[in-house]
Amino acid sequence: MQTLTNKAKPVDRKPMTFVEKLYLWNIFKGMMITLRHIFKKKATISYPEQKREFAPVFRGLHVLNRDEEGRERCTACGLCAVACPAEAITMEGAERQKGEEHLYREEKYAAKYEINMLRCIFCGLCEEACPKDAIYLSETFAPSNYNRKGFIYGKDDLLIPDPNKDPEGYAKARGGKVNF
Amino acid sequence: MMLLAVDWPLVLEKTILISVVIGVSLLIAMYETYAERKIAAVMQDRRGPNRAGPFGILQPLADGLKLFFKEEIIPNTSNKFLFIAGPGLAMLTAMMTSAVIPWGGTIEVFGREVSLQIADINIGILYIFGVVSMGVYGIMIGGWASNNKFSLLAAIRGASQMISYELAMGLSLIALLMLTGSLKMSEIVAQQYNSVWNVVYQPLGFFIFIVCAFAECNRTPFDLPEAENELNFGYHQEYSSMKLGFYLFAEYINMFISSAVMATLFFGGYDFPFINEANFSPNVAAIFGTVALLGKIAFFIFLFMWVRWTIPRFRYDQLMNLGWKKMIPLALANMIITALVVLLKQNNWRF
Repeated sequence: MQTLTNKAKPVDRKPMTFVEKLYLWNIFKGMMITLRHIFKKKATISYPEQKREFAPVFRGLHVLNRDEEGRERCTACGLCAVACPAEAITMEGAERQKGEEHLYREEKYAAKYEINMLRCIFCGLCEEACPKDAIYLSETFAPSNYNRKGFIYGKDDLLIPDPNKDPEGYAKARGGKVNF
Repeated sequence: MMLLAVDWPLVLEKTILISVVIGVSLLIAMYETYAERKIAAVMQDRRGPNRAGPFGILQPLADGLKLFFKEEIIPNTSNKFLFIAGPGLAMLTAMMTSAVIPWGGTIEVFGREVSLQIADINIGILYIFGVVSMGVYGIMIGGWASNNKFSLLAAIRGASQMISYELAMGLSLIALLMLTGSLKMSEIVAQQYNSVWNVVYQPLGFFIFIVCAFAECNRTPFDLPEAENELNFGYHQEYSSMKLGFYLFAEYINMFISSAVMATLFFGGYDFPFINEANFSPNVAAIFGTVALLGKIAFFIFLFMWVRWTIPRFRYDQLMNLGWKKMIPLALANMIITALVVLLKQNNWRF
């Protein structure tokens, strides 16, 4: 029979030879194969202690970014929410008051910013849509939770630590992959 | 009144020995489950259980605890007495065989000679065969009492498999018994103690015996009664909680005991190879002997698991073909050849 690829093997329906009928030799061959596998390197990684490194393109939990002075970059323009195919993002904008210039970068900011991690498909379109580099996907994934409410991440879960007050936390949340 | 006099030290000695043997077989069966999972893991390039305690050695305890805490379900339509008796019987028959196996030579305790064999009866092998055949009842009763047609079918399948392979097993043993001339386990070991092991004289007999032992223990490639992945556990499908645990556990004890029987009959029992035990004091020699026996048993248990994680199970027609059309004629031929050689030898190699 003509096969399309060289990977396909036609089914062998020949009657078993005498050696095959004895089973013994083939069983012995199989046992040698399993014996060899005892000494092979294990493919398993002991997960909580050891972690496999993510690929540089990995898209995990979202982070709301700050600028170098520690002000929130998000202006609540809503482009991320529009771009989101899963409709996971909701936000409410508010006007920056006098005396809040050190908190928010521009005149408008997100008073409420929520992402439903159960709806999110981690496609990264919000990251692409954002004109202010305010949102990006980090290298962590959502931890398990007992109820659905726990998967709706608010601003306090998403905001990156202040680079001036907590530089270590900032560097950790930013990860090694994104340059601003 | 003198007729009723009881030899109290003997009773004490046997009680201790029985508890130790039962305890050790339970312990070994426990760690067989652990070893099974570890061996399966390393043969599939995995790690196996390693969370409960260092290297996962507390895993069997955790498993047992889990089984105890599971909900116990007895089907409404089942025969309740037999449903409960089934796993108990399986466990009982698995444990009873250990009584006649010589676990070592004799040790001296407080000036008494203590034999490391619970009962040195002169029909040792027949006793083992009798008890092993009773093992079918554990399966049959379990399958029948569940009142589930699939359990019953699996039980019938299992029973016919065990009966078929018992024949070949018995025939292979007859050849061995012609050589030893005794059914007494201690006598068989003593003969190998001073000369070569029986496997040298009876390689084919040993091979038939080990294949049949696989079938008797319901181990892969003959685990049709409880083909767990496609036939949904077969005869113990309706069982849950520790009753299921008993069935699984009985299988591991059976494996331990049949390894012990193989080591005793064909591999010299407690004979430590390449060492002359006469050089040591009797106690040290006995301990060496027990260690040797346990080592041989461990090897056979490993062989059981090695085969299990290598080959898939036979189809039912292949199983029956192998049992009736290959094993039994082979065992018969082995028996006749052995008989001829034994006769010739008795006749000083003259026809």
